Amino acid sequence: MKFGILVNEGPYTHQASDTAYQFVKAALAKGHEIYRVFFYHDGVNNATRLTVPPQDDRNIVKRWSELAAQHKLDLVVCIAAAQRRGLMDKSEAKRNGKDADNIAPGFRISGLGQLIEAGIQADRLVVFGA
Amino acid sequence: MLHTVNKSPFDNSTLQTCLKFARRGSAVLLIEDGVYAAARDTAVSKQVQEALKSVSIYALKPDVEARGMQNRVMDGVRLVDYGGFVDLVVEHNAVQSWL
Repeated sequence: MKFGILVNEGPYTHQASDTAYQFVKAALAKGHEIYRVFFYHDGVNNATRLTVPPQDDRNIVKRWSELAAQHKLDLVVCIAAAQRRGLMDKSEAKRNGKDADNIAPGFRISGLGQLIEAGIQADRLVVFGA
Repeated sequence: MLHTVNKSPFDNSTLQTCLKFARRGSAVLLIEDGVYAAARDTAVSKQVQEALKSVSIYALKPDVEARGMQNRVMDGVRLVDYGGFVDLVVEHNAVQSWL
C-alpha cells in the first residue's frame, strides 16, 4: 500500500517527528511504499542540516536523510513555511539574496501542491504533529 | 475509520472530541501523551470504558512503556507496536489525526 505522510511539528518539540519516523520505518519494513513525506508548518525544521544535538541523543535530521538515501524517499519541505523559518536550498538562498543555505541531504523544497498530490496518489495520508 | 489521539486527556480535549465523533465499529489509537487515556482509575477511565462498548481502542506500546504505564493499562485497550500501527492504517479506509 502507498502511504503519504504529513509532519507538522518541528524536531525535539514533542514527539511527532519521532512517531512519523518510526511509522515510516515500520511501513517500509512491512513492504509498503512511502509515496512522499511532506513537512509543513514547524515541521520544516526537520530539514535543517545545521542541527547539532548532543551525542547521546537521536539525530532527527540525519536520521531522515539516511532513511531517504536508503529507501529513495521523497522528503518535501513546504516552500512558504520554509521561507518564514529561514530554511533554504542553494537556489532559494540565491534568489532571496542570502549568504548561505541549510537544507539537509535528501530533502527538497517545493509547494503545497505536492501535499495535495500525495493525498491523491497515496492510499492513506497519515498526519503527525503539533 | 481509524482515529489517532496524541494529547493527554488531562490537558487537552481532543480525546473527548474524538470519542464524540467516532462511529460504532471504528478504531481509536492512542499515541504519544494520548496513551495516558488508557490508564485505569483516572478521571477519564469511565468515559474510555464506555467508549469501548462501541469502538476498538488501541494504545501504542512503546509510548505506554516510555511512560512507565505498562501495568496500568485498563482491560479492553489493546497494545500495538509501530508495525501494528501500520496494520491499523491499512485496515481502515481513512485516518483522522486529532491534534
